[in-house]
Amino acid sequence: MKKIIKVALAAAFGLAGVATAQAGTLQDVQAKGFVQCGSNGSLPGFGVPDDQGNWTGLDVDYCRALAAAVFGDPNAVKFTPLSAKERFTALQSGEVDVLSRNTTWTMTRDASLGLNFVGVDYYDGQGFMVRKSLDVSSALELSGAAVCTNTGTTTELNVADYFRANNLDYEVVAFEKGDEVIAAYDAGRCDVFTTDASGLYAERLKLTNPDEHMILPEIISKEPLGPVVRQGDDEWFNVNKWVLNAIINAEDLGVNQANVDQMLGSDNPEIRRLLGAEGTFGEMIGLSNDWAYNVIKMVGNYADIFDRNVGPDTPLGISRGLNALWSKGGILYAPPIR
Amino acid sequence: MTDSSQNGGVERTFFLNDPKVRAIIYQVVMVAIVVWAGWSIVDNTATNLNERGIPFGFDFLTAPSGFGINQSLIPYSESSTYGDVYWVGLINTLLVAVIGVFFATILGFLIGIARLSHNWLIARIATVYIEIIRNVPLLLQLFVWYFAVLRLLPAKREALDLGPIGLLNIAGFYAPKPIFGANTWMVGVAILIAIALGIGIRFWARRRQMATGQQFPIGWTFIGLLIVLPLIAYFISGDPITFEYPELARFGPQGGIRVIPEFIGLLLALTLYTAAFIAEIVRAGIMAVSHGQTEAAHALGLRNGPTLRLVIVPQAMRVIIPPLTSQYLNLTKNSSLAVAIAYPDLVSTFTGTALNQTGRAVEIILMTMLTYLAISLLTSAFMNWYNKRVALVER
Ligand SMILES: N[C@@H](CCC(=O)N[C@@H](CS)C(=O)NCC(=O)O)C(=O)O
Repeated sequence: MKKIIKVALAAAFGLAGVATAQAGTLQDVQAKGFVQCGSNGSLPGFGVPDDQGNWTGLDVDYCRALAAAVFGDPNAVKFTPLSAKERFTALQSGEVDVLSRNTTWTMTRDASLGLNFVGVDYYDGQGFMVRKSLDVSSALELSGAAVCTNTGTTTELNVADYFRANNLDYEVVAFEKGDEVIAAYDAGRCDVFTTDASGLYAERLKLTNPDEHMILPEIISKEPLGPVVRQGDDEWFNVNKWVLNAIINAEDLGVNQANVDQMLGSDNPEIRRLLGAEGTFGEMIGLSNDWAYNVIKMVGNYADIFDRNVGPDTPLGISRGLNALWSKGGILYAPPIR
Repeated sequence: MTDSSQNGGVERTFFLNDPKVRAIIYQVVMVAIVVWAGWSIVDNTATNLNERGIPFGFDFLTAPSGFGINQSLIPYSESSTYGDVYWVGLINTLLVAVIGVFFATILGFLIGIARLSHNWLIARIATVYIEIIRNVPLLLQLFVWYFAVLRLLPAKREALDLGPIGLLNIAGFYAPKPIFGANTWMVGVAILIAIALGIGIRFWARRRQMATGQQFPIGWTFIGLLIVLPLIAYFISGDPITFEYPELARFGPQGGIRVIPEFIGLLLALTLYTAAFIAEIVRAGIMAVSHGQTEAAHALGLRNGPTLRLVIVPQAMRVIIPPLTSQYLNLTKNSSLAVAIAYPDLVSTFTGTALNQTGRAVEIILMTMLTYLAISLLTSAFMNWYNKRVALVER
């Protein structure tokens, strides 16, 4: 009898204990010693592990920067590969601390999922890839085409909008995993593969003959991609926002991974504030004052991260375009550290 | 004499040691735990959703979905609602499940009987088939069928011309679409007359067999009627049915009735997989009927065919039906693997796309779970009813 009561009570309290407080992610992260980062598991240039389990990519580097800011160690991070369909549930349920997985900032997602978008770390737009042999030069010639895409993405909605608005017939074939989408397109099930333009460059590398495919000129949507955190935890939200801002501000101020130690001696007050030589900016967000120094030293500024993962010298070969700084013809801009 | 008689005959025990009292206490505690656990889950979910600012409710079902679905048996477009998405997905699930159950049953019975065959080669082939199919994960088979089928078929702008049957290529199977002219009703009436005649003949043949012992080939007569009568009507009414044949266009065949390759792949995988299990059930069922039954039937002068049909199978059915029901349920639930190959079933469209676009995880998962539960319970109820009908009536 006593045993049964004990078990019952334990079960009851155990269940009640599920309702954990959601604030305090920073403390939780500090206590466990690493950041749990939800990322793409199969998108070269953005988030992908190699055969030894080392993760690389632009989205991955954001999480490393976060770890560098919190722990002074870019490797104090663990990655969870998430499909487009799983990602928000994983973040909402607390399985990951931050979601950095080529995720588009939209109003529905921001306002109704109990999530907050940290900012934009890549300005993207949706594009189309077709076989050269199909002999089309514009998306407007695609009436009657079959389109392969991912379930649970903005892509799925944009393609419907676009074809409908232009009075074109189409058939959508939606798979859960990116690898299956590209395999089906490669097999010839679809005439068109559509996703974010950055994704097109990345996925094209997986095709049997990448040279037989071309990307059409139309960009049919705005896809501002950025990290996401749970709503209602302002402290963790701030940490994430300012890590992103620091990465962008560092490029703006000419501070990069190679020269950051020299820059410590700079007498430009903006640089001194960024690197913690002046002020207590790190403490304001619950970190140490060399938080941004660590980020730049260990991971780099925006240009370092972009060039390393997706830039012209990588297999993806993407130029900065919209993602250049505001002062260099792009729209990348971050509020000042002061 | 014992002590108890001196104490008035009743031995007092502590009431908690009374098995009846204990049984009641255990049950009360059990119910309390279940209620408490259930309440905790609901309460926790509500609290957590609330804290995270996630709304709860079913109003999203009337909002426009905004995405396309490539197979729908009811009218659906991007301006349809999430409620419509649910129905489209459910119907697609039921479609593949019902057709899958049909073919898996036929194939399963054939293979099960083949495995018992006295022909060494046939029995061996059936055994190999069953062992391979049962021991490879279904998801893997699904990928093999889908991607193998895709890669083997002609590209979109070409097609395998199957003549009057239709066209086949990577975008699916395109059958000719019948267009019914004004006089088609005559053919329909002819079919109805054939069926009515068939029933009448069966009645008459039964009566005659009872009275005289003579048999009548009901089956063949019925099939003959069903072919000849509509054919006559068809020609009398002046060839009313024409066919729209699919034709190759820029993005593949256009026109006709189209079956998407995702459906074909899923149906193949589900049918072949489940048939292997059904075959074993059928084999077990037949082996459960003792050989004496066959001998007795033969002694009564029944030939092999009627022996199987009238003696063995009815008895085997009693053993076959309960496990067969679970295979039907398995097939239906396994159809949710469709999400891996883009077949727009309930899980793919509703708990996949709709869940992701609306973020209403709790509501959508709840609805989907209840739906699968309802399908399973209805299937079981039907099979139980059927099982009662074929159960051995003991006299
Ligand atoms: N940015 C879009 C699309 C994101 C997305 O899922 N893209 C696909 C195509 S690039 C992808 O990441 N696939 C990789 C995978 O699912 O493994 C969104 O947030 O909905």
